[in-house]
Amino acid sequence: MKQIIYILIGFFFGIVMYKSEAASWFRIYEMFQFQAFHMYGIIGTALAFGMLFVFLIKRFQIKSFDGNPIKIAPKEKSFSRYMYGGIIFGLGWALAGACPGPIFVLVGAGYLPIVIVLASATVGTFLYGIVKDKLPH
Amino acid sequence: MEFFYQPWPWYISGFLIACIMLVLLLMGKKFGMSSNLKTFCAACGAGKVSPFFQLDWKSDKWNLLVVVGAMLGGFVASHYLSNGEMPAISEATKASLASIHISSENQYLPKELFSISALSDIKTILILIIGGLLIGFGARYAGGCTSGHAISGLSNLQLPSLIAVIGFFIGGLVMVHVLFPLIF
Repeated sequence: MKQIIYILIGFFFGIVMYKSEAASWFRIYEMFQFQAFHMYGIIGTALAFGMLFVFLIKRFQIKSFDGNPIKIAPKEKSFSRYMYGGIIFGLGWALAGACPGPIFVLVGAGYLPIVIVLASATVGTFLYGIVKDKLPH
Repeated sequence: MEFFYQPWPWYISGFLIACIMLVLLLMGKKFGMSSNLKTFCAACGAGKVSPFFQLDWKSDKWNLLVVVGAMLGGFVASHYLSNGEMPAISEATKASLASIHISSENQYLPKELFSISALSDIKTILILIIGGLLIGFGARYAGGCTSGHAISGLSNLQLPSLIAVIGFFIGGLVMVHVLFPLIF
């Protein structure tokens, strides 16, 4: 039963990504050109409600459906890994015009070339696992 | 019904994305898409090469189901809920596109990069491969992507996520403004 719920969440996410045009290369390009409010509006609204939801969860100590407390693990403190990793990710995000969520959505939408992006992103993840101990974190 | 076929406005889309994060939190999980790429590596046996991938990937099966759902959602949205038109980007963006030889009479994705015929050009394939490598490497190095840092992390007011998102934008701006004129 739970498995179906996860598929439904993903299904809904896929439709939102596609219909919001956040999965379109053109919208990402436009965002980095600062020529429209659209993407900033999406991220801004998601953040505003996201902050509200997280605040309410903490304020009222809301429990998950199975009765456990909701814990959001803090990220380890560092600067270099977030800045360097972020810049590398940003270069790829702008070039391919898609971040990981939309990549999956576009594979489903039937764009064959995005499969190349998905495969190489998996290889990129693998390469990070190989060299991670040599990188500043 | 007409609403479904139009592109959705940003305020509805943004609200729905926050709701997806909320439901995942209530399910006792977290919203993060790029960690699935690590799960793929672990499931394919990458743990033999690096301890980074030695994890119980089956405990992340729920997120793989979210991926399956996202693909199904992409299929349904593109085939039954839209007409595949190019997003209504600004006139200024169309002018910028012309300078990098991408047509502004196009589809949901630029045919210069994402059509089957574009794959006959080795340059297109290289662009897609390099883009993917940077995304996968950078997301894991930074410990998350747009969903994990820009939405989940910032919603939780985490400083690391703010640093990562600033990094995302530095990288994106350098790519579009400095490298695109050299690449295209």
